Amino acid sequence: MSAPTEIRVRVAEAEAVTPAIKRLKLVPLTSTPLPDFSGGAHTVVHYTDGPRHVRNPYSLMGSPFDPSAYQISVLRVPDSRGGSALIHDGVHEGTEITITSPINLFPIDRRARRHILIAGGIGITPFMAMTAQLDREGADFQLHYAMRDRASGAYWKLLKSIYGHRVHTYFDDTNETLALTRLLDGQPLGTHLYVCGPAGMIDWVLKTAREAGWPEENVHFERFAAPPPGKPFQVALARSKRTIDVAPRESVLEAIEAAGIEPQFLCRGGACGQCETAVLEADGTLHHNDHYLSDDEKASGKKMMICVSRFEGARLVLDL
Amino acid sequence: MTAAMISRPVYPGLSPDQYAKTHLILCEGEGAAAVLDMAAKAPKEFFSRALILFCPAGTGYEPKLAALSPKSLWVLPTIATAMFRLRGVLATATMGTRVYAAGTEPFIGSVLQETLAVGIDHKSVFTEHRGSAKRRVQCVHCKGCTDDVTASPFTCTHCGLTLFVRDHYSRRLGAFQGVCVDAEVPGEVPPVEELYR
Ligand SMILES: Cc1cc2nc3c(=O)[nH]c(=O)nc-3n(C[C@H](O)[C@H](O)[C@H](O)COP(=O)(O)OP(=O)(O)OC[C@H]3O[C@@H](n4cnc5c(N)ncnc54)[C@H](O)[C@@H]3O)c2cc1C
Ligand code: FES
Repeated sequence: MSAPTEIRVRVAEAEAVTPAIKRLKLVPLTSTPLPDFSGGAHTVVHYTDGPRHVRNPYSLMGSPFDPSAYQISVLRVPDSRGGSALIHDGVHEGTEITITSPINLFPIDRRARRHILIAGGIGITPFMAMTAQLDREGADFQLHYAMRDRASGAYWKLLKSIYGHRVHTYFDDTNETLALTRLLDGQPLGTHLYVCGPAGMIDWVLKTAREAGWPEENVHFERFAAPPPGKPFQVALARSKRTIDVAPRESVLEAIEAAGIEPQFLCRGGACGQCETAVLEADGTLHHNDHYLSDDEKASGKKMMICVSRFEGARLVLDL
Repeated sequence: MTAAMISRPVYPGLSPDQYAKTHLILCEGEGAAAVLDMAAKAPKEFFSRALILFCPAGTGYEPKLAALSPKSLWVLPTIATAMFRLRGVLATATMGTRVYAAGTEPFIGSVLQETLAVGIDHKSVFTEHRGSAKRRVQCVHCKGCTDDVTASPFTCTHCGLTLFVRDHYSRRLGAFQGVCVDAEVPGEVPPVEELYR
């Protein structure tokens, strides 16, 4: 009951868009259609291959108006725990995987007079669905898409061919940079800004917008955050009366799931608040890695987001 | 009253936005005093980037507002004329403009309605309630809005029904809800209470 709805799907197409980015088209196994979604939504992909295991969130990049299939694009992250690598190596046309019903933590604000979308690298994926939606709705939008170079950028040619001058590209290798301060200057009141990309880029956009006098309600972002590694620790679960080891490259949520307990989650990236867990005892330091709790809440030490946050110390007891 | 208070809007008070390039300030009646109070906290050059739209509503704050030396000061006789001017300003305003609204609830509600229409979230508008507690109420039966409601029940100025003022507020309309009190037995009306003076 506590877990989001799971859906079994089959990979109908698997395409290497670039050497590091793989696009998957997912279709349902039964005649039940896939749930509707809106631009900016993501799904959590769950796949096990022997000892290898992945349970990561990925943005839905297909058109929200195509109910027959979902599409995701996965960047192979080197030196990682290997979830993305498993999708690259182990998932092919015909593979059956489990996904969760979509959830949108990065929706379009329909009241906006204009939408400015800023993507960096793989951060383009939610905007693929958003542009399809905005275009269909006749909204005023423009996309600014920064990439390392022409070869590693996944979708700039496709996007330019569909949306023409509404798509602006920037390539690091030829020193093209987005003149953000100038872009933000003079935009009509009621313009909304959306950013998805590397952490440094998101921070830069948020800071620049704030200093240009943009209210925070007009600035939207999504961080592709993953649970950061750390030192191993133990966690005691008060309700299930069990003690669980959390490995250096494992989150509390993943360790608990591996023990057969299914806490609630939606984003697995410290953004949605769904996995909030009460801390009953903490003799040591909580490392809050989420973007959900307020600073006061973090300082109180009374709760933690178990999908990304860690602990260092003698004893941690959670209300689970 | 408490349970229904949930949908009552909150007005956190005016404070200067240090980053805004233009300050679009709307005030009505005693709301001007909130602007003068904010001036005490604002940096020196603040009002050189401020546009003030003021409805005096019988008060004499105009000279004091003028003394702040705003970039522009428009004095407008009614909420309707102020909103007409606001619409004109919003049509060409750019991002980096911070909107402030101070005055009675119907006034603030009207401002929030206009700003929402151009895609501004109500939380981005800095608001402060000053002056009378009068309300703008929409009749749920004929959909007509009555301004300056100070008592409940009251008579709808559009359809004449006797309306009880509920604490349910619609941000889109900038109005509270008014529901017929004597629908069961016409003419059976509870005593009028002066609530929103
Ligand atoms: C809402 C949301 C939407 C997302 N959408 C997409 C999408 O559309 N496409 C996409 O490709 N990704 C997306 N992601 C990211 C994705 O979920 C995964 O985080 C990503 O694929 C990496 O997974 P992984 O298992 O390979 O790496 P993980 O092991 O989970 O590592 C992720 C990051 O942690 C760091 N890391 C981990 N282990 C180490 C280590 N030992 N040493 C140093 N650094 C380490 C690395 O910097 C790495 O980038 C999204 C994330 C969120 C939260
Ligand atoms: S699952 Fe979203 S914050 Fe943890």
